[in-house]
Amino acid sequence: MTMPLHTEARAAGYNFAFLDEQTKRALRRALLKAVAIPGYQVPFASREMPMPFGWGTGGIQVTASLIGPDDVLKVIDQGSDDTTNAVSIRKFFRRMTGVRTTERTEEATIVQTRHRVPERALSDDQILVYQVPIPEPLRYLEPRETETRKLHALSEYGLMHVKLYEDIARHGHIATTYAYPVMVGDRYVMDPSPIPKFDNPKMHRMRSLQLFGAGREQRVYAVPPFTSVRSLDFEDHPFAVQTWDQTCALCGAGDSFLDEIVTDDRGGRMFVCSDSDYCSRRRGDGETDPARGAAAE
Amino acid sequence: MAGQPPSGPPGAADLATVSQAVFRSALDAIAHPGKIVALSAVPEAIGCANPAAVALLMALADSDTPLWIDPTARTTALPDHLRFHCGCPVVDDPALAAFALATDPATCPPLSDFPVGTPEYPDRSATLILQVDQLSAGRGVRLTGPGIETQTSLAASALPPDFWAQVAANNALFPLGIDIFLADDRRIVALPRSVSVEF
Repeated sequence: MTMPLHTEARAAGYNFAFLDEQTKRALRRALLKAVAIPGYQVPFASREMPMPFGWGTGGIQVTASLIGPDDVLKVIDQGSDDTTNAVSIRKFFRRMTGVRTTERTEEATIVQTRHRVPERALSDDQILVYQVPIPEPLRYLEPRETETRKLHALSEYGLMHVKLYEDIARHGHIATTYAYPVMVGDRYVMDPSPIPKFDNPKMHRMRSLQLFGAGREQRVYAVPPFTSVRSLDFEDHPFAVQTWDQTCALCGAGDSFLDEIVTDDRGGRMFVCSDSDYCSRRRGDGETDPARGAAAE
Repeated sequence: MAGQPPSGPPGAADLATVSQAVFRSALDAIAHPGKIVALSAVPEAIGCANPAAVALLMALADSDTPLWIDPTARTTALPDHLRFHCGCPVVDDPALAAFALATDPATCPPLSDFPVGTPEYPDRSATLILQVDQLSAGRGVRLTGPGIETQTSLAASALPPDFWAQVAANNALFPLGIDIFLADDRRIVALPRSVSVEF
């Protein structure tokens, strides 16, 4: 059984993909520079979007500058296709472009994500667009933009290593579990957006192009395909991803990122896949779970 | 009343989708240095500028991007065409260019004449479009770097003898440097500053 691709007529009165052509051109130029300088944050003139900053306006503007009539869009929020943010953004692009949307990872040409990398490996001709709140990995260590620019220019990342070392001194291990800083192409330290560190290894030499958009902070950056993305660590405290004692309570997966769901007020809980497409496909398109039914939108 | 967006320049019935298609080809090219990407929708050649070069400029240049054009092409209809359709200023000094178009590799200024950005803002650098007769893969120089799985090879006919040495010198400036698109008739290849070249 295949799930139908969703289509909708394009709303009249708006330019294709909402943004005006001048804005898209400026953003496209920024994206080309971003790909040419992997991990470097390129400033761009972020626009007001019809939703508040913090709701994915950076990712949405990147997607709007990329998307064409033949694209198929998938949007996930914390791995899930059916949360408010994902549903709203999909609907926005259906109205503004008339493109098809999908929940199936492999059918999409563009995957816009909030804080997860899909479990299924992406292919060469797919583009992964991350929504980013704070693009500057050094921001909480050095608030001045002039100084963080200088630190990136000099490739001076001692501050970040001190921060990770303080984790070890305080907790005995590196306690950073999301937005775990990475070194891109052996040159720039980059914020991978608040994805769990579980997803960091997937970014290393990923086959697909990864683009990052931060709307409020007015920055885009990129990781081209087959680019080295190394999570920062120490020889005696090597980087390691999260592990669980449980497998997914719904599909039994032992290799996916699990969310903890509290099921009652007596300490009951279950662990389920955060990637809804991965989980439902493992369960046979949700056929075994009548509660899920057809895509509810 | 809800109106349709204005129609595009000659050859572009729908400006939004034509620009988008050209941009996606350029993005595909720069994300995969050395990959020859065919443009799906190209305008007509203008003066001595080939369709691929015109397509890139029409999709990406505007009033924010000073454009340098080589002296030969500047005597054709090209500068007026681009000034009219893109609104981009045409500058004489390569050091002021955001985009540069060299229609003849033999008369292209040294790559070091174009702005390479600053250590704090390496993105403030030129993008050079260099027209070549023919691009071919599978032979020529060896390319490695971000966007290339292992290595790839590329040949382009009628480039100056020291061109690849200049590309290597440009790469040595990384993260500074210019980004280059080679354009034969309807196809492009990107040589971003991140690409390493062996010849």
